[in-house]
Amino acid sequence: MPFGADAAPIVTLRLVGKAFAAVMALDRFDFAVREREFVSLLGPSGCGKSTALRLIAGLAAPTSGSIEWRDGRKPARGALGFVFQEPTLMQWASVAGNVELPLKLLRLDRVTADERVTTALAGVGLTEFAGAYPRELSGGMKMRVSIARALATAPQLLLMDEPFAALDEITRFRLANDLLRLWQALGKTVVFVTHSVFESVFLSNRIVVMTPRPGRVFAEIPIDAPYPRDESFRTSPEYAGSCRRVSQALAQAMAERAA
Amino acid sequence: MSVEPSMTPEARERGRRDTILRVVLPVVVLALVVLAWDSAVRLTNTPAYKVPGPGLVLTTLISDWPILGASLVVTLMITFEALGLAILGGVALAILFSQSRLVEYSLYPYAVILQVTPVIAIAPVLLIYLPSEAAVLACAWIVAFFPVLANTALGLASVDRNLIDLFALYGASRGQVLVHLRLPAALPSMLTGVRIAGGLSLIGAVVAEIAAGSAGAGSGLAYRIAESGYRLMIPRMFAALLLLSLAGIAIFFLLSLLSHLVLRRWHESALSPER
Repeated sequence: MPFGADAAPIVTLRLVGKAFAAVMALDRFDFAVREREFVSLLGPSGCGKSTALRLIAGLAAPTSGSIEWRDGRKPARGALGFVFQEPTLMQWASVAGNVELPLKLLRLDRVTADERVTTALAGVGLTEFAGAYPRELSGGMKMRVSIARALATAPQLLLMDEPFAALDEITRFRLANDLLRLWQALGKTVVFVTHSVFESVFLSNRIVVMTPRPGRVFAEIPIDAPYPRDESFRTSPEYAGSCRRVSQALAQAMAERAA
Repeated sequence: MSVEPSMTPEARERGRRDTILRVVLPVVVLALVVLAWDSAVRLTNTPAYKVPGPGLVLTTLISDWPILGASLVVTLMITFEALGLAILGGVALAILFSQSRLVEYSLYPYAVILQVTPVIAIAPVLLIYLPSEAAVLACAWIVAFFPVLANTALGLASVDRNLIDLFALYGASRGQVLVHLRLPAALPSMLTGVRIAGGLSLIGAVVAEIAAGSAGAGSGLAYRIAESGYRLMIPRMFAALLLLSLAGIAIFFLLSLLSHLVLRRWHESALSPER
């Protein structure tokens, strides 16, 4: 089922270009995010996929082209969540303190903030670790804290920049399962940047394959397997077939560049 | 998923033995040096006005305690006042620099100049214009504030870029970035600066007191050392020196303890013997 295909996209990037000094990171990049979908930006390192995410987040401005939001104005503070490749936690604050940060910056009152923190921590299964400090946690747990922090403001759109790239495979699988569960339960929209074909096929209902720098959309591949997806999906022929199709598209995208 | 870093019993045992050696070995060296010093003075029959033995230094320390103790208080007061002002001034300047590049560019060179000009040469100049106690305090401050400034400025500037982005994402104000991000991130380097400043403010106080000499009210430990030298009261000179040294050690440990207590929950440098 195509998520939000009938509704207007939440955000649309039209012919977006982004240059850093003499380097073009993105060139004529066309991309729309639909309501409640899980879309992955897949491409080789340096193809500008992280740049695209930063542009959507408003952390950088496009050099050319435009970014259009559905109702004509940028999302309010806290309506976007961002998860970095590293956990990016404040070492001096407890787990709860880290998750509370966005709420503090938005000046929410204490009671509401505490409630949101409790909910967010429960969502990622870290309730018992609220008082722990980041250095006491494993890499996977730190990433969970980072996800809880991004969810604390109950954002509609969650932007994730290769969040599991630094984790071991078993932890990565577990976090991917939990992320899908959260995405479904909370009805969020997720834009997920990755360079892993397998990860993107497992998670997404749509994959945008990008060319090497300057990044452009090479192909859009829907992954129609139904949710919830679990470990049995990982071993299904359907999964293998999708991975093959996406791998081929990625190889062609790389070749187009070389040609 | 363990919360506490796990260690094998052997590793823990090795760590404990290492800790014991760290304490025992310096004590053994101290005992040997004192013994050698004592025997040398005894065997060569060196008169006390040349080199007093360790026993005599200790008895002088006790018998002259009314004078030396009072002087110690004077020196410590100046040291801590200077340290407090150095922390205030250094941190305030560092925050100012982090908020305005123009202020940083305008003032930083002069902070460096103040630091590289030998304080022993500045002291006599200050003594002309300031009452001697204020001059001594000013000298101690001049040597102590720079490490606080430099280390805090470094800490304020070296903040995780992604965290800065995160704060921007939630539309944090400059004040929020300073209070919730830059200052806590700078705390470890700030405390390093404070630890260095503790030793330096004692040095600054002593240097200035010696420069002030008999011109000043002169009642600190450094003045006692100079005075005992002139009056050939060598055992008292040694006793005052010993006290100064002990004061320096105490300040160092106090500030290290403070740093440890503040950072123990989160910073790598405060982790116990895991390394």
